[in-house]
Amino acid sequence: MSMGLTIMVTGALVAASCGFLGCFLILRRMAMLGDAISHAVLPGIVIAFLISGSRDSLPMLLGAAAFGLLCTFFIQSLRSQGVQSDAAISVTFTALFAIGVILVSLYTRQVDLDLDCVLYGEIAYVPWDTLSLFGHNIGPKAIWGVGTAFLLSLLIVGLFFKEFKIVSFDPQMAAALGIPVLLIHYLLMGLVSVTTVASFESVGAILVVAMLTVPSATAYLLTDRLETMLAISVGAGILSSLFGYWLALVFDASIAGSMTVAAGTFFLLAFLFSPLHGVVTRWLIRRRLRTATAVDHR
Amino acid sequence: MNFLSQASHFLSDPNTLWVLSGTVLLGLSSGVIGSFAFLRKRGLMGDVLAHAALPGICLAFMLTGSKNPFFFLIGATVTGILASMAINAITRFSRIKEDTALALVLSVFFGVGIVFLTQIQHTNYGNQSGLDKFLFGQSASLVGDDVWVMGGVAIALLLFSLLFFKEFKLLCFDPGFGRSLGFPVGMLDLVLMLMLVVAVVIGLQAAGVVLMAALIITPAAAARYWTERLDRMLVLSALLGGMSGALGTLFSATTANLPTGPLIVVAATVVFLISLIFSPRRGLLAKAVRLARMRKQAARERVLHSLYENREQGGSGELDTETILQKYPIPRRRLKSALASLMRDGWIQVCKRNGAFRIRGTEEGWIQAYETVLRTRMTEVWMMHENEIGGNLREEGTGSVTGEIPPDLFEPLWNLLVKHGREPKWKPDAGSIPAGEGGITP
Repeated sequence: MSMGLTIMVTGALVAASCGFLGCFLILRRMAMLGDAISHAVLPGIVIAFLISGSRDSLPMLLGAAAFGLLCTFFIQSLRSQGVQSDAAISVTFTALFAIGVILVSLYTRQVDLDLDCVLYGEIAYVPWDTLSLFGHNIGPKAIWGVGTAFLLSLLIVGLFFKEFKIVSFDPQMAAALGIPVLLIHYLLMGLVSVTTVASFESVGAILVVAMLTVPSATAYLLTDRLETMLAISVGAGILSSLFGYWLALVFDASIAGSMTVAAGTFFLLAFLFSPLHGVVTRWLIRRRLRTATAVDHR
Repeated sequence: MNFLSQASHFLSDPNTLWVLSGTVLLGLSSGVIGSFAFLRKRGLMGDVLAHAALPGICLAFMLTGSKNPFFFLIGATVTGILASMAINAITRFSRIKEDTALALVLSVFFGVGIVFLTQIQHTNYGNQSGLDKFLFGQSASLVGDDVWVMGGVAIALLLFSLLFFKEFKLLCFDPGFGRSLGFPVGMLDLVLMLMLVVAVVIGLQAAGVVLMAALIITPAAAARYWTERLDRMLVLSALLGGMSGALGTLFSATTANLPTGPLIVVAATVVFLISLIFSPRRGLLAKAVRLARMRKQAARERVLHSLYENREQGGSGELDTETILQKYPIPRRRLKSALASLMRDGWIQVCKRNGAFRIRGTEEGWIQAYETVLRTRMTEVWMMHENEIGGNLREEGTGSVTGEIPPDLFEPLWNLLVKHGREPKWKPDAGSIPAGEGGITP
């Protein structure tokens, strides 16, 4: 695989898996959890690194996923103790992140972790970090990691699609029907943690947070059906990563940043021109109605 | 002692003093502004604004070519305001909810910032190092000039919130009412947002993006636990913020290798956790104690009820524990402690017969049982007829029913009880019932 293609495939995979889960997040009004998780996993990464003593991906992935879940658990407990939601999120993730930074500085000799790299990642290095199986080079590690995470979320959400759908739209009814709402919640959070962690090792936290929200928000403006929304979100995510890569080449800028900007551009287009909810579209419809009523009244 | 002596040693170092005064000022001002943000449920705005400052800082650098913090402040303020306007526009003109708008604006603005940052790095603007210090923060690098700027801005922010205290209070608790009174609510909201932006931006250099988000929300959330009044909350939040700043700085000054910003956050979080657990009214511990007390009271009442009802229905008034548990299922341990406390009060006697505990009331106990049953039944009947007979048995604030029957309600409630056939039909000893109780004359 050529370098450019590898980067594009990685970006597209990250965008697809994040866009897919992001739909459920924004429907459940938990969009900021992506941001929270992506910061809160830092201590998990450091601890896993200290225990395993290697920069292998698997222990780090596990440690990070554990702290992602821990973060959502803390947030949920604070909320159930009557702390308002925004405060619960802020307090939890900033505290965990601060602990992570302190751990990094305490073990700075053992931990050869570059904070910038953990948080901002560098998708441009993806092609060089390859995985080998039985001595054969089987391609970039990032693609395998993110691809596995994506398949996992597709599988789990596919199996419990009906449950996820009801819980997203009407948790009270779901509870009344006997669906284990909390279990589904933690299942979703687990998937988000795994996806976040698998992705941002290669592409950085910021692209993950962006891809969790922006494409799904775009899709939310374009359709009223969950299935369509999922498809549009995945599509918009993939398009943003392709377009973003092109932007990065043209302007010689950060690839992850450009992909985010591209996703933002698509959102802006949907915000203005969506056939159902676009600002400009609605203005046009209102103007047409106004002329129509004016004609009627004449 | 070691820590204290080290701390005093470091306090004599002018450099540390600058850093210390900087972080304390920062904690003070963000504590006050954060309280308003917290009450407006805008806690995550601090996070968003801190991220949105990046493109502004980069733009300021690209335009002026200098690393003057003042230009950075202006640039970051401009993009911060743009970000908050974008959030407003998105939530107002589309069906996107606020949390999604926050995450969206945060990531897109930060993405733009990263693009600018790489642009700066690639196009050799000369000395660009230190720009990213704004992201992680470096309190240790604070010098006299920075502290003067921070102090000035912090004092300005405090004065502003003092000046507009009444207006902001209204904005936080009832913006609709404020609008109907003719206050320019939208304008006030903008001013508050502007102050939040400024508070975040001046803190970025010292604390960094994520840590600034914590300084905005954590002291305010902690202060909320201790008081129900806005003015006290502001003072407390400022103090807690300043205290976290001081603690974090001192710890980092006395321990090698520990960064100041994260330590400040950890200190603030510890303060928050302490408030969460130990605050006198809303704290978890106080809640647990209240719950235990209520449970015990309920268990005691259940024992008295079952004794009395047995007597009322012509029984001997002597019950064993199993009968009580059958009638009112409660955990066995709780029943045991309720029985023990009733025995201590001298209201019941317990004796063991045929392997079972038999419980019977004492003279005093029967009177108390009668009172309890009467009160409970009156409360029930009051709740059934609340709208007809008026009066109020509900506790202020909580809305739960206390059970103390005001004397003027006594007679109508007694009559209602008789109507429903629910009046206590057995009187322990007519003579020993306190007669003054609204004059019960059945």
